[in-house]
Amino acid sequence: MPTEPLLTAEDLHLSFGPTTALESASVEVHAGEVLALMGPSGSGKSTLLHCLAGILTPDSGRVTYAGRDLTALHDNERSALRRSEFGFVFQFGQLVPELTCVENVALPLRLGGASRRAALRSAEAWLERLEVSDVAGKRPGQASGGQGQRVAVARALVTRPKVVFADEPTGALDSLNGERVMQLFVAAARDTGAAVVLVTHEPRVAAYSDHEAVVRDGRVRAREYVR
Amino acid sequence: MLGLLEGGPRHGYDLKRSYDERFGQDRPLAYGQVYSTLARLLKNGLVEVESEPGAGPERKKYAITDAGVSDVTGWLDRPEKPEPYLQSTLYTKVVLALLTGHDANDVLDTQRSAHLRLMRDLTRRKNDGDLADQLICDHALFHLEADLRWLELTAARLQQLAAQVRA
Repeated sequence: MPTEPLLTAEDLHLSFGPTTALESASVEVHAGEVLALMGPSGSGKSTLLHCLAGILTPDSGRVTYAGRDLTALHDNERSALRRSEFGFVFQFGQLVPELTCVENVALPLRLGGASRRAALRSAEAWLERLEVSDVAGKRPGQASGGQGQRVAVARALVTRPKVVFADEPTGALDSLNGERVMQLFVAAARDTGAAVVLVTHEPRVAAYSDHEAVVRDGRVRAREYVR
Repeated sequence: MLGLLEGGPRHGYDLKRSYDERFGQDRPLAYGQVYSTLARLLKNGLVEVESEPGAGPERKKYAITDAGVSDVTGWLDRPEKPEPYLQSTLYTKVVLALLTGHDANDVLDTQRSAHLRLMRDLTRRKNDGDLADQLICDHALFHLEADLRWLELTAARLQQLAAQVRA
């Protein structure tokens, strides 16, 4: 790779009590790339994602984002960074059930200080991009699983983050809905230039990535660059 | 057969029996095939003969050479061209890796990487293509995914498998 990586994990170790979750795990993500973290259940791939996103702090090792050592930042600095530079998509949308879908998408912009009107306008555009304008005024509970995940993708991308972290984003969807979510998600992320770190155990989902890293027993076993 | 010799020198008969036990459920090796293969391996310097005093040709013991060991390692390190119904070759590689002390996870990771490379091409073709492309690519993608799921399961079973094949 000719350029410096945007996000790097170096020699991460993390234990939960007697259980070792990460053992000398290292991985790199370049700007605009889609990296799939694969591996069996309990291998440490989600833990690695949480460390890369600054949600978990490793016992030792370093996570560097755009030249900044995430592990050395204060909690409030890390939170601010997550809000402004990172986006998140989880297996079950994790949308706020009391808000409508468009309000859910507008929420990160509102938290970042945007006016209600500007935030809603931007959110509507993203829902249209993800082909779910028809659920804008509905609450998440009234949308289907596939629609809910597209709303979650819109919410993750609305702030134009530099990195989107996605943990099994299609894990709860059937093949056709999962495929559409991945197509729209990856195309939109590529258009905005965001890097994507994608945790998945599904090879067909990993096939949307540029390369994969295999996590086994808390270690990163292999990494393949294919662009 | 060459991989089986990495465990130690064997007679042609032992080699056939060992092969049939592990890989020949549907198609046991013919004796003619065993000896013609050994002759070819001998000619190529991948095996050598350890003769026993006063023994006939069927009492010859064959041992793997350093070149033979390199050949087996090279084969294990090389991914198979991803295509449906590879299971028997992949199974052979995984079992031989375990028998010869190679890391079977490396075989699996190498193969996963080759499979995913093809799956990425198919996914791009599908996304850019018409309905016919989508249907054809879906079929190939699901079969390749089945291979990979089998590889993952095999990885998860490695400890048990190692105990069985070494017994």
